[in-house]
Amino acid sequence: MEWKRITAPLDDSAIESLRCGDPCLITGRILTARDKAHDRIRQMLAKGEQLPFELKGELLYYVGPTPAKEGMIIGAAGPTTSSRMDPFSEMILSMGIKGMMGKGKRDKATRELLVKYKAVYFSSIGGAGAYLSKRIISSRVIAFEDLGPEAVFELYVKDFPAVTAIDIYGGDIYENRIQQ
Amino acid sequence: MKRSIHTDIIKNEIIKLIRSASFVAPPEIKSAFSKMKAEETSHLASETLQILIENTEIAEREEIPLCQDCGSTIVFLEIGQELTVEGDLLYDAVNDAVAEAYKKFYLRKSIVADPLRRINTGTNTPAFIHTDIVPGNGLKIDILLKGGGSENMSMLRMFRPTDPVELIIDFIEESVINAGPNPCPPLFLGVGIGGTADAAMLNSKKALLRPTGEKHSDPFYAGLEEKILKRINSTDVGPMGFGGRATAAGVYILTAPTHIASLPVALNMNCHSFRKGGVSL
Repeated sequence: MEWKRITAPLDDSAIESLRCGDPCLITGRILTARDKAHDRIRQMLAKGEQLPFELKGELLYYVGPTPAKEGMIIGAAGPTTSSRMDPFSEMILSMGIKGMMGKGKRDKATRELLVKYKAVYFSSIGGAGAYLSKRIISSRVIAFEDLGPEAVFELYVKDFPAVTAIDIYGGDIYENRIQQ
Repeated sequence: MKRSIHTDIIKNEIIKLIRSASFVAPPEIKSAFSKMKAEETSHLASETLQILIENTEIAEREEIPLCQDCGSTIVFLEIGQELTVEGDLLYDAVNDAVAEAYKKFYLRKSIVADPLRRINTGTNTPAFIHTDIVPGNGLKIDILLKGGGSENMSMLRMFRPTDPVELIIDFIEESVINAGPNPCPPLFLGVGIGGTADAAMLNSKKALLRPTGEKHSDPFYAGLEEKILKRINSTDVGPMGFGGRATAAGVYILTAPTHIASLPVALNMNCHSFRKGGVSL
């Protein structure tokens, strides 16, 4: 099986080349956010506040890592269930996010929004927290530190495995198979 | 014969169980992954299982949790009626053990004190404790570290008592397909049949405590488990929902007597990261 090597943040040509089902190895910078970070972004936007980070062009990873032991970059850091972030898809994509990564299915609305905003959704390997931690080469909290594991981290990853689950053409690895 | 046990002993045992479950996948799980990998024809399915196998090796070697969701700590206690517990309150001792283990081993604390106001307790407590009083003077402790993603796919359906078993199998198949990738297959599927609604739910979780490779002691249910497993593994959900044969690694049924009007069936899906352990004291 051929893994496609891609760089994050994603450029347009990479986004256009990806098809659902493509296994990828991602190298570069990604940001993290899960339930509470999304909720806080929503609250801040509602109040007209400025976010302490830029989302435009970024790849957003849904993860809440375990605490790092001394001398380690990060603890276990596998993907969490993406569908819990479905209600935030419009908000996040309208801010310029070009990739999302977690595990599992997305709703129909998210699939359509990914087409509209020309962004891709990756599904990484759920429950491979220890394995994936070794593909993270640096980690720092950039916002919402009070949220602990739900804070926003900036991660640099090397050869981080994930499958293209929804592409910009509306292809969805989970839907396609069920229809067959 | 009367006997007593100090909560310090109980606490230490629970800490050991949490440590081992968090970092070490037992040999029967690893060999189940290898066997499933050998049976896959899809490259992506087999590659996914390979990553899961390597994940268990890295976790054990480097003491990195198998999964970043270190789970709700579910503790099952079987307490002999002739056993006296000395020291702290028993449930306090269990919770102290959980708090100490999650801090000491750098596990993620995933419990919020209130379901709507959602402030993290910071200790992964309280544990979810289920107690049975049994004959004798022993104490059996089983723990299950259960991730949120798989727990969220739990199901309950109240069937008609006259419904054929086929309908139950259909329901299970449909639930596994609907859950798809979310509970992190290959699954270990607990099925509670009978009892009341709440008893069936609890039994669906307790069913998972049976040793991983062991068949049901009743040949009727052993046959049903096999039939369900076969059906699930024909759905093409596959490892992590990417397609393939290995949708479930095992099916575990636990039954209970029930009302003449009732036939509850509950499902508790456990992800491939099957973190559990037990000890008899």
